[in-house]
Amino acid sequence: MSRILPYLLSGISVGGQYALISIGYTMVYGILRLINFAHGDIFTVAGLLMVYAAATMPLYISAPLVIILTIILGVLVEKVAYKPLRTAPRMSVMISAIGMSYLLQNTMWYLTGGLAKKYPTLPWISDKINVGGTTTSRVTLITPFLTVILVIFLVMLIKKTKIGMAMRAASRDFETAQLMGVKVDSVVSFTFIVGSGLAAVGSMLYFTNYATVTPVVGAMPGLKAFVAAVFGGIGSIPGAVIGGFIIGICESFIKGASWTTFSDAFTFGLLIVILGVKPTGLFGESLTEKV
Amino acid sequence: MLKIENLHVSYGGIRALRGISLEVPDGKIVTLIGANGAGKSTMLRTISGLVKAESGSIKWNDKELVGLSIDKVIASGIAMAPEGRRVFSDMTVLENLRMGAYLRNDKDGIEKDIQRVYELFPRLKERNWQLAGTLSGGEQQMLAVGRALTSRPQLIMLDEPSLGLAPLVVQDIFAIIREINKTGTTVLLIEQNANMALKTADLAYVLETGNITMSGTGAELLVNEKVKEAYLGKHKN
Ligand SMILES: Nc1ncnc2c1ncn2[C@@H]1O[C@H](COP(=O)(O)OP(=O)(O)OP(=O)(O)O)[C@@H](O)[C@H]1O
Ligand SMILES: [Mg+2]
Repeated sequence: MSRILPYLLSGISVGGQYALISIGYTMVYGILRLINFAHGDIFTVAGLLMVYAAATMPLYISAPLVIILTIILGVLVEKVAYKPLRTAPRMSVMISAIGMSYLLQNTMWYLTGGLAKKYPTLPWISDKINVGGTTTSRVTLITPFLTVILVIFLVMLIKKTKIGMAMRAASRDFETAQLMGVKVDSVVSFTFIVGSGLAAVGSMLYFTNYATVTPVVGAMPGLKAFVAAVFGGIGSIPGAVIGGFIIGICESFIKGASWTTFSDAFTFGLLIVILGVKPTGLFGESLTEKV
Repeated sequence: MLKIENLHVSYGGIRALRGISLEVPDGKIVTLIGANGAGKSTMLRTISGLVKAESGSIKWNDKELVGLSIDKVIASGIAMAPEGRRVFSDMTVLENLRMGAYLRNDKDGIEKDIQRVYELFPRLKERNWQLAGTLSGGEQQMLAVGRALTSRPQLIMLDEPSLGLAPLVVQDIFAIIREINKTGTTVLLIEQNANMALKTADLAYVLETGNITMSGTGAELLVNEKVKEAYLGKHKN
């Protein structure tokens, strides 16, 4: 047990971080049937913003500020890159998403000069603690709890509130939702607000474990979160969360067995297997349902 | 009153409506009949704002609807039950009815109107918590009509509410349409079932490939030879 525990802990923690990012992918897909390729870059931008914000402000200001700025960026990306293409063929929107991803990356290169920026040590969150004989940082413990709380909150929001109901209606049938008076643009903006906000929280938890942030460092966790979303069934929030945890835990054990080199290969191997065996993922809606 | 003048609508190059003019007076049941592809659904979709008009005007209580966003049209007192039911399949019956009242904020009023829908369609009340996707076709059609009612519209537009229903259920649906109309709601009804539609309607228009070719009271068109031949399946001897 004591040999497994550290890997399990770190797996659950990384899994929670993947889960927070993957919700953004899955929600946007649910509404727009679009893979938001820029989502991983928004996650990275949140990391960089924290580098700058934490240099001049205490955590209780910098953290909310970074979340708000990331949300604004996410909504802006939607308005600029996706909204004008609402009725365009899906391929055009996808190309726009890829373009947006590179735009964000290159802007970060430009602003940082391509140098790795030192990620700040966040007080309290980064502190070392002792769990069952293993030393780990507090973030490892906080992440799964925070993730689960945020997800429960989000699921309640979607089940119980008016905007949540509008989201569910729009994700099923855009047109009929509009006939009920739902403003699709507000629903889409709301989706990007939630997705980007959670990605910002995820980025704080994720980068705390790393020394530096570079413009491309978010690509890998972004991709893995995307695989998590597909694994869980893209469009499904519980699916994305469970997918995130499973991938995080599996990776951690593979690393623990000193097959670190294969941990990424495992994730993408998993993607290929799911797409082959069950393209709709664990909880995905069957594709024929959307009329 | 809804007053449409010289309305043109195209899909790409296809001219679906070619200069339509018609009126839907307050408190009446008006029906639009026509063959498949005549442009009936296009008409309703253009009124609600789902489809953009190319030219012409749609005046609703003297206010221009062309160019308004869909939610503004709905907020102005128009509701639509679209072709093919289109209920939200993974929501319950009750949630579907709540969606119909999406733009309203008067909780008590909404509850009252949901109860009224349940009185019109007792089947829906029994199935309050059932997912709409698991309802039978007829029940889904009732829900689609009920959902359009919970916005408490002045004008309700129904696109082929009898499609695919058993004859007895069709009778029920038409009885309910009359019932809805009696409480003061104006009805604009599209039907393949021209016989039932003309019997029910105060005023009727015949649409052929994007043009209105005939109009009159329901009773007039019901005995019109051309209508009989083309839409009522009765041949001249
Ligand atoms: N989205 C669209 N894109 C291109 N053409 C369309 C579109 N929707 C309808 N049309 C065309 O416009 C014409 C009128 O269609 P519409 O759906 O209004 O007919 P309808 O009278 O409702 O027919 P039905 O009785 O079969 O429902 C048809 O020729 C149809 O093919
Ligand atoms: Mg039609």
